[in-house]
Amino acid sequence: MSERTPMIEMCNVSKHFGSVIALSDISMKVCSGEVMCLLGDNGAGKSTLIKTLSGVHSPSHGEMYLDGKPVNFKSPAYALDAGIATVFQDLAMIPLMSITRNFFMGREPTVGWGPLKRIDWKYADRIAKQEMAKIGIDVRDPSQPVGTLSGGERQCVAIARAVYFGAKVLILDEPTSALGVKQASVVLRYIAKARADGLAVIFITHNVHHAFPVADAFTLLSRGGSLGTFRKAEITREEVLNMMAGGAELESLDAELSEFQRSDQQQKQATGDGGQPLSRASNA
Amino acid sequence: MKSNESNQSAAAVSEPQDERLQKVSFWKKALNRPELGALAGTVLVLAFFIVVSSGTGMFSPSGIVNFLEVSAQLGIIATAAALLMIGGEFDLSIGSMIGLAGILIAIPAVEYGWPLWAAIILAFSCAALVGWINGNLVNKTGLPSFIVTLGFLFILRGLAIGISRLLTGRTQVGGVQDHIPGDWFAALFSGEVGTGLFAWMASQGWIATNFADNPMVTGIPVSIVWWLGLTAVATWILLCTPYGNWIFASGGDKNAARNSGVPVHRVKISLFMFTAFSATVFACIQVMDTGSADTIRGMLKELEAIIAVVIGGALLTGGYGSAIGAALGALIFGMVQMGIFYTGVNTDWFQVFLGVMLLVAVLFNNYMRKKAMEAK
Repeated sequence: MSERTPMIEMCNVSKHFGSVIALSDISMKVCSGEVMCLLGDNGAGKSTLIKTLSGVHSPSHGEMYLDGKPVNFKSPAYALDAGIATVFQDLAMIPLMSITRNFFMGREPTVGWGPLKRIDWKYADRIAKQEMAKIGIDVRDPSQPVGTLSGGERQCVAIARAVYFGAKVLILDEPTSALGVKQASVVLRYIAKARADGLAVIFITHNVHHAFPVADAFTLLSRGGSLGTFRKAEITREEVLNMMAGGAELESLDAELSEFQRSDQQQKQATGDGGQPLSRASNA
Repeated sequence: MKSNESNQSAAAVSEPQDERLQKVSFWKKALNRPELGALAGTVLVLAFFIVVSSGTGMFSPSGIVNFLEVSAQLGIIATAAALLMIGGEFDLSIGSMIGLAGILIAIPAVEYGWPLWAAIILAFSCAALVGWINGNLVNKTGLPSFIVTLGFLFILRGLAIGISRLLTGRTQVGGVQDHIPGDWFAALFSGEVGTGLFAWMASQGWIATNFADNPMVTGIPVSIVWWLGLTAVATWILLCTPYGNWIFASGGDKNAARNSGVPVHRVKISLFMFTAFSATVFACIQVMDTGSADTIRGMLKELEAIIAVVIGGALLTGGYGSAIGAALGALIFGMVQMGIFYTGVNTDWFQVFLGVMLLVAVLFNNYMRKKAMEAK
């Protein structure tokens, strides 16, 4: 594993926004055919890391290498050209534009030449419908505005788009947050398929049931810094869960919850019936 | 993998007709087009004036050419303003650019003996520069284009007056018409198209002629040709080209567009350059037509252009609209302006009508957009 050239590598990357240090000294590498899961609290720097990888931000310090070659993306267009496709948390969708227009935004297939070069709408509509069908969403009409879709369907458009255009690296920022069970499993299967196809996959999720089955390695971020990368063999599901949520907090939450339950029961016994649910909650 | 394939085959089976897709009538589809309101408005205004101004000559060939010319001049700048508004920005400096471009054409040609084509090229170069500066300022500072171009509204008007007074001592420059004959470039902005056709139609007795057997309408003014041409090109760009998709995307959501690889900054700069270009086309036609330039030309044209674009169904916030809608908006504008004149109503009322039109159009567009966002 270690002698292979990583598909994407970050060396001591930092990102500052004015006086705020959003990322400090992050090093990470993902080989082709590998899935890296980023873990960490809100504000740990996961999204900033992903935005740096996909060209939205350029790093303040440090280098990035794609397939062994140093890269410096001036905008997401360069990252896309280099084969890095990203599903952003806000999905980068435009509600008033059609599904097809969104799907091919910035990457429009054309026919003809010179001043007559035009978007190949027939082809674009067909591909959009077909790629959406693959993810399990049967698009009624690819020319309908994205704004008419549900949140989950929109997320599927964004994922289908990234999978379609991601040639080397696929980055997903909480891709399963708005999805139903069926679509979430389709997305996980997509990730597995992308890995089998030799892509490097980086993704963020807060769901351990989504993270553990597909990830090969976990990188834990905290307050802008990296707490290390763990191979799957070195770690258990419970440890991942602990790292995701901060285990100590979960334990104290458990204790608090059982405390609520106990006081509820005591109250029930004292009054004979449960009373109003709302007032119970406020009493507790 | 396996279920992927089964998904695919499932999709293939349901391909012929989706049961959730009810037959959408042509009308329902048309309701989702941004220019629908403008089309309805055009029909309404047309019907109104056909009834009210019957027998006044508004709809005689020369009357039609009259109001089309008014529409065309506005339509030229409205087309560019529409693309810019769909791209999410305003240009309030259009009107001042018209004044400045006129001066830049007339002074070198009349006072310094430049050939007219060279003066026109100078005006277009300056317009390109102004558009480029506007676009870059908006991109780099992140300020609303409303403020940036409001600044240029005054800067350009002031420059026009200042330069003109400095070089000629006046704010009006006449005598351009003497330089037009024989100038190949000026011919693009002056005169009429299809004069031979109209003469032939007159000889066949198809159109009215005057006492000397010349047709009442000798040709289509070049402004109308520019208007139709620019509208066609803009519509082609919006509906059929990647660049058109980038305009919608840039106006719909700047960040989403950039994150998807759209060169938002380049799109916006080019759109600002296009509005300045259209203002210069307007100025050229006006200067050739009147034979003079005046520093106060084009005042309030930027607002008239915005009115035409909004009546045409574009969203003020960007990301939605059409060039055909803007053309219809300009057509309504021209019909009302000339129609009020023909019907003998005091022309003071024109502005009242215009304001009411604008409000009705915005309310209607708002309503239609909400309808469009509901699941069909």
